[in-house]
Amino acid sequence: MRPLTVGICGYGVYIPRLRIRAEEIARIWGGDGEKIKKGLLIEEKAVADFDEDTATIATEAARNALKMAGIEPAAVGAIYVGSESHPYAVKPTATIVAEAIEAAPVMTAADYEFACKAGTAAIQTCMGLVGSGMIEYGLAIGADTAQGAPGDALEYTAASGGAAYLIGKKGLIAEIEDTYSVTTDTPDFWRREGEPYPRHGGRFTGSPAYFKHVLSATLGLMKKIGAAPEDFDHAVFHQPNGKFPRNAAKNLGFTDRQLKEGILVDRIGNTYSGSSLLGLARVLDVAKPGERILVTAFGSGAGSDSFSIRVTEEIEKRRGRAPAVETYISDRRYIDYGTYVKLRRKIKVAE
Amino acid sequence: MTMGAPRFWRKTQSRYNLYGVKCKSCNATYFPPRKICPSCRRASKLEDVKLTPKGEVLTYTVIRSAPEGFERQTPYIMAIVKLDEGPMVTTQIVDCEPDEVEIGMAVEGVFRKIRESGKDGPIYYGFKFRPARADKDLAV
Repeated sequence: MRPLTVGICGYGVYIPRLRIRAEEIARIWGGDGEKIKKGLLIEEKAVADFDEDTATIATEAARNALKMAGIEPAAVGAIYVGSESHPYAVKPTATIVAEAIEAAPVMTAADYEFACKAGTAAIQTCMGLVGSGMIEYGLAIGADTAQGAPGDALEYTAASGGAAYLIGKKGLIAEIEDTYSVTTDTPDFWRREGEPYPRHGGRFTGSPAYFKHVLSATLGLMKKIGAAPEDFDHAVFHQPNGKFPRNAAKNLGFTDRQLKEGILVDRIGNTYSGSSLLGLARVLDVAKPGERILVTAFGSGAGSDSFSIRVTEEIEKRRGRAPAVETYISDRRYIDYGTYVKLRRKIKVAE
Repeated sequence: MTMGAPRFWRKTQSRYNLYGVKCKSCNATYFPPRKICPSCRRASKLEDVKLTPKGEVLTYTVIRSAPEGFERQTPYIMAIVKLDEGPMVTTQIVDCEPDEVEIGMAVEGVFRKIRESGKDGPIYYGFKFRPARADKDLAV
C-alpha cells in the first residue's frame, strides 16, 4: 500500500564534540592502526561526554528539528525514540524528550529498540499515524551512545550521535514517496539483558545479515515504485563501517558519486540508530529541490527499512535555522583512551 | 545527600526549559522562579516566562574538589551567566576547557545530564551552557 503524501517538515541532528582516533584505540590493544583504518575505512569516532546520553542527544536533535520546522511543539502528537542505549532499562527516553521540547502532555510516546534501525522504524510509525490523520505531526528520533567491549573490533566504530525527523503533511521540506521493509530472525548481533556490551557473529554480520537485508529491502523498494539506481541523486545505506555501505552500493548499481554526501562513518563512527538518519541529514543539508534520495537502514537481529525521498522547494527557506551536520563534525576535541574509558564508564570505580 | 525524585520533578519546567517568572507590575524577570516579587511585594503580579537560553559569563570558578555526585567530572566550570533577558543563572559551562572560559564569553543553553542518584536511582537532566555558536556557523 502506497502511503499518503507525508514527509519531513524539519530535521535536526546532534553529534557530541569529543573524538577518539582509531590509532589511539589500536595503541592500547596492540592493533595496527593503519591496517584497521584501511580495513574499516574509519578515521575516528564521536564520543559522548560524561553528562551526555541518548536522552540529551535526542533532545538536542529534537530541538533542532523543531527550530527548522518552525511549528509549535504542542502540535507534536507522537514521539518515538529509537536506540539500543536508552539511559533506563525501564522508563522511557521519549518522555524526557517530550518534556524538554514542551510537546507534553497531550501526545503519545514510546521507546523503540531494533539495533541500528530503530530510528527508521520510528519514522514509519509516524508516517502511519500522520497519514491516517490520527496526529498532525510526529517526531521520530534515532540516537545512541553505542557500546563496544574494550578490545573488541566494535570499539573502533561504536559511536554517539543522533537525528530527529518531524513527520507531517504540511510544509514539507521533503516528501517520503514510499517505504519498504524486510525483517527476519537473524542472530548476527545482540546484547542480553543486564550485559554491558553487545556480542556479534563476526563475519556472520556480513552476507546473511547486513547485505541480505539491505539489498533485498532496496531492491524491493525500487521494484515497488518502478525506480532504478540511476533515478536517485543520492543514496544512503546504514554505515557500520566504511566498507559495508560502499559494497552494498556497488552491488546494487549505485555510484560513488551518489554515495558521497551521505557517508559520515569515517569521521564520526557508527552512531547506530543515528547512523542512516545522520547520513540522510547530511544529504538534506546540501540537496537541491527536486532531488531524489534513497535511504536504507539496517538493524541487526535483523531487518532493513528502505525509503524513497524527494526534496521540495521549501528546503532552501528552512536551512540555517539549526546547526548543520558539518557544524557538529567540525567542532571537535580529541581525547586519549584513558579519558575515553573514564567518560564511557568502562572502568570500575569505588562506589 | 540524595535528592528525592519529587523534589527535582517539581522543578522540571525551569530546569529543562529555563522557565522563570516575570512581574507584570514592574517588568522584572527572575530565575529561578519566585513566589513573590521582592520589589512589588503585595502588588506582585508574577507569571511564568520561558527565558531565551543565551547570555554571557558574568563570573566563573573551576571546581576541582567537587560535592558528592560530581566527583568524576572534575575539573569543571561553574559560572554565573547573565541572560540577555536580564536574570542571572548559576550553571555549569560545558564543551569548554577550564583555560578557555572567559568573563564576557557569549554562551548558549544545552540539555545535559545534571546528576545521577547512584547507579540505580533516577537520572536528573537540565540546562547547562556552552560557548555560543555564531549564526554563520549554522549553515553547511
